[in-house]
Amino acid sequence: MANIALKEPIPLRTVDHGRRMRMQDALFKGTTQLFALVVLLLLGGVIISLVIGSWPVITTFGFGFLFTEAWNPVTEKFGALAPVYGTIVTSIIAMVIGVPVSFGIAMFITELCPQILKRPLGIAIELLAGIPSIIYGIWGLFVLAPILQRTVQPFLIATLGHAPLIGPLFSGPPYGIGTLTAGVILAIMVLPFVTSITRDVFETVPPMLKESAYGLGATTWEVVSSVVLPYTRVGFIGACMLGLGRALGETMAVTFVIGNAHRIALSIIAPGTTISATIANEFTEAEGDLYTSSLIALGLILFVITFIILALAKLMLMRMQTQGRR
Amino acid sequence: MGIYARRVMVNRIALSIAMAAALFGLAWLVWILGTLIWNGGSAINLAIFTQMTPPPDSAGGLLNAIFGSVALTVGATLVSTPVGMLAGTYLAEYGKHSRIAEVVRFINDILLSAPSIVVGLFIYEVMVVPMGHFSAWAGVVVLAVIAIPVVVRTTEDMLTLVPNGLREAAAALGTPRWRVITMIAYKAARNGIITGILLAIARVSGETAPLLFTSLNNQFWSTDMNAPMASLPVTIFQFALSPYNDWQRLAWGGALLITITILILNIVARALAAVGTSRG
Repeated sequence: MANIALKEPIPLRTVDHGRRMRMQDALFKGTTQLFALVVLLLLGGVIISLVIGSWPVITTFGFGFLFTEAWNPVTEKFGALAPVYGTIVTSIIAMVIGVPVSFGIAMFITELCPQILKRPLGIAIELLAGIPSIIYGIWGLFVLAPILQRTVQPFLIATLGHAPLIGPLFSGPPYGIGTLTAGVILAIMVLPFVTSITRDVFETVPPMLKESAYGLGATTWEVVSSVVLPYTRVGFIGACMLGLGRALGETMAVTFVIGNAHRIALSIIAPGTTISATIANEFTEAEGDLYTSSLIALGLILFVITFIILALAKLMLMRMQTQGRR
Repeated sequence: MGIYARRVMVNRIALSIAMAAALFGLAWLVWILGTLIWNGGSAINLAIFTQMTPPPDSAGGLLNAIFGSVALTVGATLVSTPVGMLAGTYLAEYGKHSRIAEVVRFINDILLSAPSIVVGLFIYEVMVVPMGHFSAWAGVVVLAVIAIPVVVRTTEDMLTLVPNGLREAAAALGTPRWRVITMIAYKAARNGIITGILLAIARVSGETAPLLFTSLNNQFWSTDMNAPMASLPVTIFQFALSPYNDWQRLAWGGALLITITILILNIVARALAAVGTSRG
């Protein structure tokens, strides 16, 4: 810099140079801002295009679309109830299995695990999260479904199937594929997400708090249940909701094993369908505007549900962060 | 039983359950990878890399699908890297805690986990419908839209890690702001940003659902970006659900290929990030 200033006439250059520099600066800032706005534009584009795409359905069926079970391409009668029901039930199964296990693994990693194993175990969990869903799907179809069909499902039908009240949930023939199998696959898929966030959240607990509890003679479990968990409650719920958001929108893993049956069966062993599986299975074969539009409307419903869940999860995790800073 | 003995017992039970949960979680990983290597390994041979996808009930390979996947991923990376990097730069360097930056950050995090199938419907509406046919370009755009949030997020995180002293030192020498960012901050955060791009590639290369109604599939060799193009995930989907043994074998082979690629990308990205942080 000093060299340049010596070689050339100073006043002229600073005026000209300064203005050019300011312009370049403003240009660069403007460009980055523009691309930041692209992110908002993407969200807006998704919402607007889905609303436009599902307009025929909105005008034809109105809100009734949400509460109709029928799905008949021949008579062009469509309703979202069966896929919405399937989406919610599979996600509930995934959460019931996935959340306790994730909690256990996160507790193991933060409180129990020998220091040497901590990192490899953490990395293994994160790699599991990176495996694409189609791999879970093909594995579920060829490996898990036959095993469930031969062992778990007959067992459930023979025992819980005859129980009062919950009996109908576990009745019918064991197909292998179906709502239960999809829920199990989803549980395996959300496991790594929920675990790694829960672990991060658990690690925000100030060591002082835990050490104080240990100092008073608390056992490891007492420290987790009465110090770590109360401190991280909001973050843990946020992690679970993030997992739920993933489970609701997951497509390929479910499409392989759900059975794609458009009806609401009381039994969770029976084949069903979810929003994403319906779209993936039928979109390219859909004929007629109303059919295509119904599928896009399903996408819109899915997007609204996941958006709300993910936004809540994000808000909870943000509250956790500010609490950690305090 | 005294209070003390009971507390110890409860603790023991809880810890055993936690340990069992960890083993349970790892067991799935081992089981899935084990089956994948077992079934996929026997399907992988030279033909997979040299022959086209076969008609039903005959032998063949996955060459056109592999090429399609590479073309779509490369295209998506070329689009999403500059967009994501510039947006991430705004969040970390200019926007920081301004209202607009907070909103963009929030929306970006939601897009990060949003269902990819919905993004597929979006691109179907804005590209496939107006163009009147499925095309590889639509596939590129859909994958780019999925990759952008990943790049935005990591670029911002990595630029935030660059110590402010570096920026101040450069500014004190009279360097304009944009030169400070492009020549100092980018350089200091280079490994981290590359990590983000690699993670985005890993995320995108296994995506199946949004490709079903954008780039569709193609049974033949095609380099025309304006026409439907085969890709590994969609081919796996089609072949795995078919009743033909040859197709199912190829599906397993393709699944193993994708998983290995993604695991390698993840591991390289992690190693790069580790090098980056230890130096900074």
